[in-house]
Amino acid sequence: MSKGSPISPSLMATKSAGAAKAPERADRTADHAAVVADLAAVSPVLGPNNVVPPTVMTGSQAIVRSLEELGVDDIFGLPGGAILPTYDPLMASTMNHVLVRHEQGAGHAAQGYAMVTGRVGVCIATSGPGATNLVTAIMDAHMDSVPLVAITGQVASGVIGTDAFQEADIVGITMPITKHSFLVTDPNDIPHVMAEAFHLASTGRPGPVLVDVAKDAQVGQMTFSWPPRIDLPGYRPVTRGHNKQVREAAKLIAAASKPVLYVGGGVVKAHASAELLALAEATGAPVVTTLMAKGAFPDSHPQHVGMPGMHGSVSAVTALQQSDLLITLGARFDDRVTGVLRTFAPHAKVIHADIDPAEISKNRTADVPIVGSVKEIIPELTEAVRSQFEASGTPDLTTWWSFLNNLKETYPLGWTEPDDGLIAPQKVIERIGQLTGPEGVFVAGVGQHQMWAAQFIKYERPHAWLNSGGAGTMGYAVPAAMGAKVGEPDRVVWAIDGDGCFQMTNQELATCAINKIPIKVAVINNSSLGMVRQWQTLFYEGRYSNTDLNTGHDTVRIPDFVKLGEAYGCASFRCERDEDIDATIQKALEINDRPVVIDFVVSPNSMVWPMVPSGVSNDQIQVARNMTPEWEEED
Amino acid sequence: MSRHTLSVLVEDKPGVLTRVASLFARRAFNINSLAVGPTEVPGVSRMTVVVDADGDLIEQVTKQLNKLVNVIKIVELTPETSVQRDHILVKVRADAATRLQVTQAADLFRASVVDVSTDSVVIEATGHPEKLTALLSVLEPFGIREIVQSGTLAVGRGSRSMSDRALRSA
Repeated sequence: MSKGSPISPSLMATKSAGAAKAPERADRTADHAAVVADLAAVSPVLGPNNVVPPTVMTGSQAIVRSLEELGVDDIFGLPGGAILPTYDPLMASTMNHVLVRHEQGAGHAAQGYAMVTGRVGVCIATSGPGATNLVTAIMDAHMDSVPLVAITGQVASGVIGTDAFQEADIVGITMPITKHSFLVTDPNDIPHVMAEAFHLASTGRPGPVLVDVAKDAQVGQMTFSWPPRIDLPGYRPVTRGHNKQVREAAKLIAAASKPVLYVGGGVVKAHASAELLALAEATGAPVVTTLMAKGAFPDSHPQHVGMPGMHGSVSAVTALQQSDLLITLGARFDDRVTGVLRTFAPHAKVIHADIDPAEISKNRTADVPIVGSVKEIIPELTEAVRSQFEASGTPDLTTWWSFLNNLKETYPLGWTEPDDGLIAPQKVIERIGQLTGPEGVFVAGVGQHQMWAAQFIKYERPHAWLNSGGAGTMGYAVPAAMGAKVGEPDRVVWAIDGDGCFQMTNQELATCAINKIPIKVAVINNSSLGMVRQWQTLFYEGRYSNTDLNTGHDTVRIPDFVKLGEAYGCASFRCERDEDIDATIQKALEINDRPVVIDFVVSPNSMVWPMVPSGVSNDQIQVARNMTPEWEEED
Repeated sequence: MSRHTLSVLVEDKPGVLTRVASLFARRAFNINSLAVGPTEVPGVSRMTVVVDADGDLIEQVTKQLNKLVNVIKIVELTPETSVQRDHILVKVRADAATRLQVTQAADLFRASVVDVSTDSVVIEATGHPEKLTALLSVLEPFGIREIVQSGTLAVGRGSRSMSDRALRSA
């Protein structure tokens, strides 16, 4: 069911005349019947595939109508000259448009929306600076495989290439950071381009797609019909894993004595958590979930050994290093996980299942590559493992588990209380997680607070943890939390932000307050660019070059985050004492009619541990400064 | 590093050459030559890309190219199973005294003289890159004024067409 109202009764009345006036588009209209007939098969066009007979309208009306037909409910954007025509019919649409204060906010909001709902996030901006302000969010979505459609206005096709006012070659600028992009100069192309954009963004390995629409294509008349025909001869994502490869994988699993399920964000994107749980329990193997996969497997499950990587737990990092078989599912051997690549998991064979064939053997050569969706591969692998175990016996993982359990007990995640009397940031974050519970959504910025939020909040379900993983975009948290709250209005949504990150995008608090999007922002205020400061402490002899932000304890407090929050219409608190942490969080949890900002004034000296220093093997993991675990059971 | 010749069928859409070229640049893949033109199928262009890469890397190049939505099909053409040709135009100094020697050298390489002036000739030659290199070294002593060279063009031997299967489903 389309929620979109017909463009206007008078336009509807003239539709047959309009169709006659557009003979040059007869091919598309003729295609229409065939397309409708084909719909018995699964349509690649998103949405309910309502049949809309040819109707004359403007290009901008076609953009809005296409979005409605594609099933879009919410859009984040900010108008400007070159997209102005499209904002007019948008006013009459039942779609919810959230007016942001900066286009980057629209992009991250669309990402947050997509991450919690699994649907395509949509953002709109005008040409030139409007479009370039989306670039960071588009790149972020590209790195983290987030389904995103960005619609930008472009100057009229006749002046493209003349350095016209607010002209930027946004298709060219974003070419390396989009899954695909379109420049539309003919309004008749709008329906099929929009359908193709949504198809590309949401299928295969998800990613951002840019649709740049020239102003004259928005203003011009066209004949709209739905569903359009998707014509992408070069796009054929493989979803079904190869049977033989799946059986090969099962054989390796049956023969392994130190297997590890290395789970990445692809499992979250594919909504394959239930399937993963079944596979994990069938194999009995330990599970590590990467930064992008937190919640894909419950943290509380006894088979979960933690997060791997630069700030991973000793048990997870060591599990990978000592493993003889990595069962890699929707992960990509990112350098933050592997450390120095040639020293990563040196004794392990590798099963690598991913929907993107280019990820397989990109960084680490796979012994058994399986191209396809983990949603389909994992259940088949589980079946294959069960029959393989029946045939050749269930492997004995007792020694492996006693080694790993010992590590888990000996080197649990934890922190030391700061010596300056200020609050430990880790405690604030842990208590937010505990008092909110696993049904909440937690969105982090980038830096120390991000790592602590990954370490000390317990994730029991997928889509509960959002962060900027691949891109590492400071400023992600507030707008992404806003988008998440729009997508899942009934959940408590926390932005766990740093004082540095928060100052990059906090203008979206206005958007949240005015549009009644009551997110909760915990500013983990250590008065500095904390992660950079940590590196300066460890690797630059404590020379704190340009990392002091003067927002915290004993400083001029510019800005004062409480006053800033109040100015934006948010309930705002400051918490500076250990004993106030719980009460402040509780107070925030009870406020649901407006956004909440809490300035948690914490110690600047707290550091993220464990840590694998850059440029060394994961075997050199440190649990605290210059302290490496003892590997009494290492072979 | 070994040399690989990839034939790439692409949709004839604006920006497709940029997409391919920019992919090579940002992934730090090394293009030796690139030639592009229309094919027997309307709306489909064919690129011949010569890449210097080792085994693992050429696989990654192919996979990354395949991710481009406008790329329809990629085939690697080996020297044994394909015909590969470069095309060259060379302007050589040649006056009345040397003109005959220059044209005789061209004849030996089955190259033809396509322009003559009082003190130069333009020679056109087609062939395998090694042959063209040999031709240039013979012409060098006369004084080469300009060289214009195409990228390598390549086609598989035998009756099969690269577009047969690729476009049936399209």
